[in-house]
Amino acid sequence: MSTAIIETSGLGKRYGSTWALRDCSLAIPAGHVAALVGPNGAGKSTLLNLAVGLASPTAGGVTVLGGRPAGSPAALDGIAFVAQDTPLYPGLSAADMLHLTGNLNRRFDQPYARTRLGELGIPLKRKTGKLSGGQRAQLALTLALARRPRLLVLDEPVAMLDPVSRHDFMATVLTAMVDDGVSVLLSSHVLADLERVADYLVVLSRGGVQVAGEVDQLLAGHRLLAGPAAEADQYAGHPVVQVRRGGALAHLLVRAGPDAPVPPGWEAHPVSLEELALAYLRAPGERAPGAAALPGPDRARSTSPGSRPTGVTR
Amino acid sequence: MTALSVPARPGQDASPRPVPWRRMIWVTWRQHRGTLAGVAVFLGAAAASLWLAGLQMHHAYAAAFACRPVGSPACNAPGTGLVNVFNDTSDFLSNGGIAQLLPALVGAFAGAPLLARELETGTFRYAWTQGLGRQRWALAKLVLLGAVLAAAAGAFSVLLSWYYQPYFAPGNQALSMTQLNTFDPTLFNLRGITFAAWTLAAFTIGALAGLLIRRVIPAVAATLAVYGGLAFAAGGWPRQYYLPPLVTGDLNVPGSAWLISQWWTRGGQTVSQSTMYQVMDATFRHLPQGAVSGSAQKEQGLLVVERYLTRHGYTLWTSYQPASRFWPFQWIEGGWLLALSAALIAVTVWLVRRRAA
Repeated sequence: MSTAIIETSGLGKRYGSTWALRDCSLAIPAGHVAALVGPNGAGKSTLLNLAVGLASPTAGGVTVLGGRPAGSPAALDGIAFVAQDTPLYPGLSAADMLHLTGNLNRRFDQPYARTRLGELGIPLKRKTGKLSGGQRAQLALTLALARRPRLLVLDEPVAMLDPVSRHDFMATVLTAMVDDGVSVLLSSHVLADLERVADYLVVLSRGGVQVAGEVDQLLAGHRLLAGPAAEADQYAGHPVVQVRRGGALAHLLVRAGPDAPVPPGWEAHPVSLEELALAYLRAPGERAPGAAALPGPDRARSTSPGSRPTGVTR
Repeated sequence: MTALSVPARPGQDASPRPVPWRRMIWVTWRQHRGTLAGVAVFLGAAAASLWLAGLQMHHAYAAAFACRPVGSPACNAPGTGLVNVFNDTSDFLSNGGIAQLLPALVGAFAGAPLLARELETGTFRYAWTQGLGRQRWALAKLVLLGAVLAAAAGAFSVLLSWYYQPYFAPGNQALSMTQLNTFDPTLFNLRGITFAAWTLAAFTIGALAGLLIRRVIPAVAATLAVYGGLAFAAGGWPRQYYLPPLVTGDLNVPGSAWLISQWWTRGGQTVSQSTMYQVMDATFRHLPQGAVSGSAQKEQGLLVVERYLTRHGYTLWTSYQPASRFWPFQWIEGGWLLALSAALIAVTVWLVRRRAA
C-alpha cells in the first residue's frame, strides 16, 4: 500500500488561454482522506476531472492507483467519482440507478447499496429528481461505494448540503475509509468540513499547489509565533509562510518543528489546520518555482532550499 | 501510513476483464425506453393512418381496374372513381410530403438529445466515469439505438411501398392515375431500403450534433437543418449519377424513365439551345396546320416537330435512368448512407473519448 493513489508530474490544463492548473506535481499515498482545498477557480475541479479522465492534460501527466493512466479502463475500474452537484438521471428511480450502476461496472454490491439506502430512509422507488439534495448526495455516494472502489473521488460533495446532511455524508465517507480501506480524495472550499476528516492536505491556489502533506506532519512542522511587530522583518530563524500585523504585535506562521528554538521576546503556539490552510491560501502571489511550495512527505528530504515557500525572507 | 484492513477484493488486477457488452442492452433500454416509446407511438399513428388511407385506395384501385369498359363514364363515376381522390397532385401523401419528414423527425428527436442531454445536465460526469468506459458506452448506445430505429423505419417503409404500389402499377395510366416516377425526389427515399438508411443517417447526424453543440434544442434544430440540406442535395445532384445514364437517339424513351438531359445534334455536331429554338419555331410554323393544332395538345405538337426534325437530319439525344435501375440505385444510396452513418458513429465515439469536459 505504499503506492501513490494519485501521482501527477508537471500537470497542466489550459482552457483557451487560461491555465486552470499549472505545473502541478503531487504524490498522494494510499490510505488517506486527502482534502483538496482552495478558493473557487483554484483548479480543484480541474485536478479531479483530470484524475478521473474527464479532462485530458495540456501538459504533464497523471496516473492513479499506482501508475495506471487516468481515465483508462483499469483506472476507472478502481475509482468511483461523485461529481459536483451529484448529477443523476432525474427520470430514473433510486432502484434504477442501482441497476444502472451495477450494469456499468464489473463489481457492484447490490445488498450493501440496498441496505444503506434503507438505513438512510431513501425510498427505492422514488425518482432521483424528487429526492432532496441530501438524499441525492447520499444516493450518489452509495452508488460510488457499492462499486467497491480503491479510490473515492468527491468533488465539492457537501457544498450544497445542510449541516446535518453534511455531517452524515462525511460520516459515511469516514466509515468507508476505516472499514474498507478506501482512499478518498475530496475537494472543498469549506475548510471547517475537512478538519474533522482529512488526514492529508493539498492547498491549491491560483492554479498551483501551495502546500501538500500529511496533516499531522504539516501541523507538527508549522508554528504560530507572536512577537513585537518591529522585529517581524528581521525574523530569520525559519521560512515564514505568512505575516500578520496587528498594532505592535505580529503573528508569523513559520515552518518550524516543535523543538525549534523560539527567539527571545516571541511566543510559540501550535497551529490549527484551518489557520495553516488559510495562511497558504493567503500567502502572497507567486509560487516558488517547482510544483509544491512545501513538498509532500515522500519528497521532503530531497527538496532543495530554493523551492521553499515565499513569504517574508531576510 | 496507517495499517489498514483492506478486504481482499477479487480481480483488481491492472488490466481487468472488461464489463460485458450485453449489459449495455439493459442500460440502453432503461434509459431510452421513453424515446423508443415515443418513436413507436409516432410511427404507429402514422402507420395506422397510412394503412387506412392505403386500404381505401387499394380497394378503389381494384374496383376501377376491374371496371369495364375502361374509360367509360360509368367507370369514372364518383362512386367508382375513388382513385381520383388519391390522384390529386395536391394530395400531400401522393407527393410524399409528410413521409419525407419522418426520418428527419425520428432521427433528430432520438439522436440529438442522446449526448446533448448528458452534457447539458452534467450526467456525463456520472456515465463517463463508470467502469465500462465512455467509448464503449457511446458505441453501444449508438449502435443499439441506431439499429432499432433503422429496423422500425424499415418496417414503416414496407408499408409505404405497399401504399404507393398502385401509383407504380402497370396499366394505371388507363385509369388516368398520376404517373409517378420511381426516381421522383419526394418518393425515391420512401420505398425500398433508403427510408431506413436516411433514418439511421439522421440519427447519427443528431448524435454528433448533440455532442458538438451540447444543448438539446439547438442540436435538434441543427440536425434538421443538416439532414434537410443533405437529403435535398442528394436528390438534386448525385443520385442521377449513381450509374452512368443511358443515352438514346430514339424519341420513344420509356415514360417511366428518369430523364437527365436532352440535346440535339445534326451531322455529328451539337446544335446549341438557342439555334434549336429558332429551328423548332420555324418548323412549327412550316408544318401543315392540322398536324400540330386543333385538338392536338401542345405536347403532341412538340412530338410532331421532333419527328419531323428527326426525319430531316436532326437527332434528339436523351440521357436517362431507366426505371429498372430503381433497386441498384436503392442499394447504392443505402450503401453510402450506411457508410456515412458508420463514419459519423466512429467520429462521435472518437470525440467522446477525446473530448475534455
